[in-house]
Amino acid sequence: MNMIYFLIGCSILLALIFLAAFFWAVKNGQNDDTYTPSVRILFDDEISQAEKK
Amino acid sequence: MKQALKPMLADTETHCYHCGNDCVDHTYQDEEKIFCCQGCKSVYQILAASNLCNYYAYNNTPGQTQLNKQQHFEYLDEPAIIQQLVNYTDEKITIVTFYIPAIHCSSCLWLLEHLYKINPAIVSSRIDFLKKQVSITFRPAELSLRSLVEMLTSIGYEPLISLQDVVKEQNPNSQRSLVKKIAVAGFCFGNVMLLSFPEYLGLSELEAHFQSFFGWLNLAFALPVTFYSGRDYFISAWNNLRNKVLNLDFPLALGIAIMFIRSFYEILSGTGAGFVDTLCGLVFFLLIGKWMQQRTYYHLSFERDYRSYFPVAVTQLKDGKEKPLPLNELAVGDRILIRNQEIIPADAILLKGEALVDFSFVTGESQPLQKVLGEVVYAGGRQLSEAIELEIVKPVSQSYLTSLWNNEAFSAQKQKPKTFSDTISRYFSVVLLLIAFSSAGFWLFQHDSGKAWASFTAVLIIACPCALALSSPFSLAAAISIFDKNKFYLKNTTVVEQLARINTLVFDKTGTITAPEASRFSFEGTLSPEEKILVNSLARNSGHPLSRELVKWLNTPETYPVKDYAEQPGKGISGMIKGQLVSLGSAAFLNIETANNSSSVHIKVGDHYCGYFSVKQQWRTGLKNLIGQLGKKQDLHLLSGDQDRDRDALLPVFGRPEQMHFKQSPQNKLDYILNLQQNKREVMMLGDGLNDAGALKQSDVGIAVTDNINNFSPGCDAILDGISFEKLPVFIRQAKDTVKVIHRSFGISLLYNAVGLFFAVQGVLSPLFAAILMPISTVTIISFTSLSVRFFGRKNHLI
Repeated sequence: MNMIYFLIGCSILLALIFLAAFFWAVKNGQNDDTYTPSVRILFDDEISQAEKK
Repeated sequence: MKQALKPMLADTETHCYHCGNDCVDHTYQDEEKIFCCQGCKSVYQILAASNLCNYYAYNNTPGQTQLNKQQHFEYLDEPAIIQQLVNYTDEKITIVTFYIPAIHCSSCLWLLEHLYKINPAIVSSRIDFLKKQVSITFRPAELSLRSLVEMLTSIGYEPLISLQDVVKEQNPNSQRSLVKKIAVAGFCFGNVMLLSFPEYLGLSELEAHFQSFFGWLNLAFALPVTFYSGRDYFISAWNNLRNKVLNLDFPLALGIAIMFIRSFYEILSGTGAGFVDTLCGLVFFLLIGKWMQQRTYYHLSFERDYRSYFPVAVTQLKDGKEKPLPLNELAVGDRILIRNQEIIPADAILLKGEALVDFSFVTGESQPLQKVLGEVVYAGGRQLSEAIELEIVKPVSQSYLTSLWNNEAFSAQKQKPKTFSDTISRYFSVVLLLIAFSSAGFWLFQHDSGKAWASFTAVLIIACPCALALSSPFSLAAAISIFDKNKFYLKNTTVVEQLARINTLVFDKTGTITAPEASRFSFEGTLSPEEKILVNSLARNSGHPLSRELVKWLNTPETYPVKDYAEQPGKGISGMIKGQLVSLGSAAFLNIETANNSSSVHIKVGDHYCGYFSVKQQWRTGLKNLIGQLGKKQDLHLLSGDQDRDRDALLPVFGRPEQMHFKQSPQNKLDYILNLQQNKREVMMLGDGLNDAGALKQSDVGIAVTDNINNFSPGCDAILDGISFEKLPVFIRQAKDTVKVIHRSFGISLLYNAVGLFFAVQGVLSPLFAAILMPISTVTIISFTSLSVRFFGRKNHLI
């Protein structure tokens, strides 16, 4: 059963890594503009090709 | 003969391919595409040349009309100004961020992020859509800032560069730090829940040694939650206590502290599992509530002052040469040149040219004022005719306009409005402490000190007003988002509660209850069909709004060629058609005597005087209906800076002659509001201009009415788009309903508290019970408030 200590340690470590990743993302301003990327992703190059034809 | 201008049917008209405006005729064409004006056509041609016509593929008519655009950007060559504007610069690249009000659709986004196709000197450009900002990286060696701005302007995206934007500092950090606190609290909450489960489900003898291990881990998680995430509650409670105020943060901070201390003691002494999961959950939910409350519509500025109204630079005349000068370097005695449509930045004496100045924004007077040489022209006016030369007599910071802003009434802090939760929390805290001490006293009296300690802490833990603290932010945030969808933008959540309390409304006239664009024309006189064609041929050449309306009204397809066309800004146009001199314009322009006011457009063909158009201000749609609805419950007043020539026209609509006041100076308006407030009125002021700025600030709810929310509006509590003006009574009803929802949700959360207290006073509160009750009450409140506010929104037809 002593394995539990190790496993819990691992799980908390993993969770801490994710927390650190989130902090990094916030610091980089990734949450500052949550709207524009949702529009930007809809653009592609196909329209111009379709128009040229 | 009197003919009212009939609105034309939309489907008989062609729309501009670029901006969607109605096209008066088919003059501007390119590849079978029709444009309303030369500006729109040239934007199309630029985009077509750079192979950027996808712009028109993502949306129909995504552009903005290019009429009435005249701008001079010489000042952007000044190193001092460039330095203030750019974010970063070195030899190779420069990064600059512009605020571009015209950004409104995905096409804008697409085009502005493909600027490098137009000019290869642009390295990249990124848009923040909601803030309407574009951040451009370019190579300064190949492209100057001025040419960049001119290029943006040429494709219809003119950046708004004002004095305030130069000074402006952005601060997204407070929001970021809150997000981090939420992340920490949520992280700990999740882990603690997991680690608490074995305790609740019961550990067998074999696993008993895990108990203290889990306990210690829990305690470790409680530390950052209490001292990092929950820090603000302690600070706020302490500050309020020092000011002898009991707000909701006091019982919250007390609850958090007691929970931490008791858990710490229990885990250390091995007597129990503590309340760590309740503690983490509480802080997590509280912070989410706070985040909801702080989530404002930051792309609107509610604190604008004169600096955002003024340009960054003016054209200085020195030794006969024109030179751009930053506004803050403008000194008394400087000679400046003000062109058509430019703003006069400081009080000055007119030296040359004819000044026709529109002061509507400063004084509310809708007619432009004629100024003669040697007269003082006050700051804030907009020149409407030819370029004029002025000599500055007062520095910018001491001008008439600026002193309006620095009025002492503005700097005097408005008393913070009392919210419902503030009122409740005072009593709540007192009652809570009373119950806690009396139950402790009861058990001490029974000589059971263990139970006394248990019941005292349990009361403070279970009664910790988490649900109570969440009901206001969630209801108000839901209400704000409903208002936002209806183009009514509130500064913060307290405005909703203020709105519900309003019993007196004060309206400004010009620009507030009148629609600035939609004016009604009526023609008096006679025009033969032949004369109609003549007038049409002439008016087609002018971009002036009145000329365009006239062309639409005439609806004559035939035209004759025009010779010697001349346009005098602010006065009129003339030209030779079929050997006859046709002129359109003001009475002075045509040299005729008339008793009419100056907003008439006279028509003269040859020597024959045909008659005139008069322009009447149009009330906003639904004004009469709105006055009728509001008038039932609220007291209505009208304050206008204008002359009282509209009194008769307003009377049937407004119907309260004794409460209509004309020729009111900004100070008069402010005093009027003050007077109403001293009579215990809760006053809402609706205004649009600088002349209302004092009244807007003084009133309990100041609403700036505007037809383009990105335009300048004075400091206020809320910005209302002119389109939604007639929904005002519904907005007030919705605010009242929202407050009703808050009252009810307070009732529900008090009910939960009462149930918890029943166990707590007996000293038998188990950690499991607390851990279940707290999230349940929270979830109930969040869903109840959000759903019922939306329910009322639907009932009021706002969503």
